[in-house]
Amino acid sequence: MDPNEHALHNAPFLWRTPEPKSTYGAVIVGGGLHGLATAYYLAKNHGMTDIAVVERGWIGNGNAVRNTTIIRSNYLWDESAAMYEHALKLWEGWTEELDYEILFSQRGVLNLAHNLHDVRESVRRVEANRLNGVDAEWLDADGVKEFCPIVDVSPDARYPVMGATLQRRGGIARHDAVIFALGRACDALGVDIIQGCEVTGIDVHDGRVTGLQTSKGPIAAGKVGLVAAGRTSLLTAMAGFDVPIQSHPLQALVSEVYEQVLNCVVMSNAVHVYVSQAHKGELVMGAGIDAFNSYAQRGGLHVIEEQMSAGMQLFPHFSRARLLRTWGGIVDVCPDASPIVGLTPVENLYVNCGWGTGGFKATPGSGYVMAHTIATGEPHALNRPFSLTRFETGELIDEHGAAAVAH
Amino acid sequence: MFQIRCPYCGPRDEPEFKYGGQAHVAYPADPEALSDEEWARFLFFRDNARGRYAERWNHAAGCRRWFNVIRDTGTHEMVGSYQVGEQPLDAR
Ligand SMILES: Cc1cc2nc3c(=O)[nH]c(=O)nc-3n(C[C@H](O)[C@H](O)[C@H](O)COP(=O)(O)OP(=O)(O)OC[C@H]3O[C@@H](n4cnc5c(N)ncnc54)[C@H](O)[C@@H]3O)c2cc1C
Ligand SMILES: [Zn+2]
Repeated sequence: MDPNEHALHNAPFLWRTPEPKSTYGAVIVGGGLHGLATAYYLAKNHGMTDIAVVERGWIGNGNAVRNTTIIRSNYLWDESAAMYEHALKLWEGWTEELDYEILFSQRGVLNLAHNLHDVRESVRRVEANRLNGVDAEWLDADGVKEFCPIVDVSPDARYPVMGATLQRRGGIARHDAVIFALGRACDALGVDIIQGCEVTGIDVHDGRVTGLQTSKGPIAAGKVGLVAAGRTSLLTAMAGFDVPIQSHPLQALVSEVYEQVLNCVVMSNAVHVYVSQAHKGELVMGAGIDAFNSYAQRGGLHVIEEQMSAGMQLFPHFSRARLLRTWGGIVDVCPDASPIVGLTPVENLYVNCGWGTGGFKATPGSGYVMAHTIATGEPHALNRPFSLTRFETGELIDEHGAAAVAH
Repeated sequence: MFQIRCPYCGPRDEPEFKYGGQAHVAYPADPEALSDEEWARFLFFRDNARGRYAERWNHAAGCRRWFNVIRDTGTHEMVGSYQVGEQPLDAR
């Protein structure tokens, strides 16, 4: 046998594939990044090891490895800045902590401003970020050109660049490596990762969750965390309550592999395009959501075309780049573009959803506060504002400006 | 890209239309009487089911009229469309 093939067939697995036990202290539904990160911190920070992650497909089949991997923490409001900055600080230690090369690269994230409103909104956000201890700079058009030479900043461009915010600590990471790293870390801490196990029912008695019905049989559970992104509404319906999310396709694409030409992440909210270049060399570009509700993990090509035409205006260099592949994920969009992480009307049942188009960056922070919430039965100070009840109290965290379509 | 049948103009490509979300969401009859919880449900909660879904579309680049569509959110099957004032069963 060819030695490479031999190595492939005999490679050690990063995690076991156990059958589910009949009962667990806690079960996490959803083996994406946030579900695995939750299990990881439950075991690591709270000493809970009698836990399972149940996943209907294979871990990471959902948005976990469909995103464009942009990481930043420059959100407007105090609540979001605290949450995303906590996540960014954890990212900064994760390669070492998880002992896995996740290619976390703090190459800087530019958010372009194309009109006076953008400029005002961006400068305001830079000031708000600084007050919250989040690194943020405002660059004028020359500054943008200097930081990222291939952006077209000529004044007669279709989308003139009037400046940009820069978060130098922002960047990208390799999303599938993060899944591998978390899968291995969870497994090493004793977490059962159960793939091909779809939750089809949630058992609730006297207002308290007692277990799950799954495609691999019933599993009793002391506590349950729903971390299912775009499919969350289907699960909460099984437990008898609703979340105010709408599930939409969000598409992205990669080009063929090119020499490194783009040294940072460039995003533009106004024209709905964001671009980075993967370590391997593909240009990675994301679009806005498809407007309609869907669970089908695909969207319309006209959305990609619109995004490419905007990309072409900003980066004339890309005009002869070739498209390699496009895909879609289903994102869980909240009315205020902020997540829901916390308690539910059902005792011992917790929910983590609504990260929508921008949850990759939040992975470590999301898992950290969700684990705290499940272990103690109370939200962590960081996720307390992100409650399901905020839609009744009116304490919304409106991040449409910082988050809406862009990431 | 969908082909959507405008009940007034016939089938057209999706980029001619704007999406309007869930259909048949009535404005509360007596808004003053609603509790905070009921307001929250009216303002922020919409069905998010997998399967057949009644939704609004506007033929923005055509006749500019609103109408309703039944579409399967799991398979993207376009079941049919109908005019405002008609019921889902009228979809064709
Ligand atoms: C195209 C695209 C680009 C994006 N770009 C960015 C970006 O640049 N930066 C950023 O920060 N974010 C981005 N995001 C958003 C980010 O990917 C998500 O917010 C994040 O991945 C959601 O968390 P997750 O990984 O846990 O979700 P998922 O990976 O979707 O995990 C949910 C899991 O739950 C499982 N599940 C669902 N129902 C059940 C059930 N009944 N039983 C068992 N298991 C179930 C699913 O199979 C899935 O594996 C992007 C998303 C998309 C689609
Ligand atoms: Zn029409």
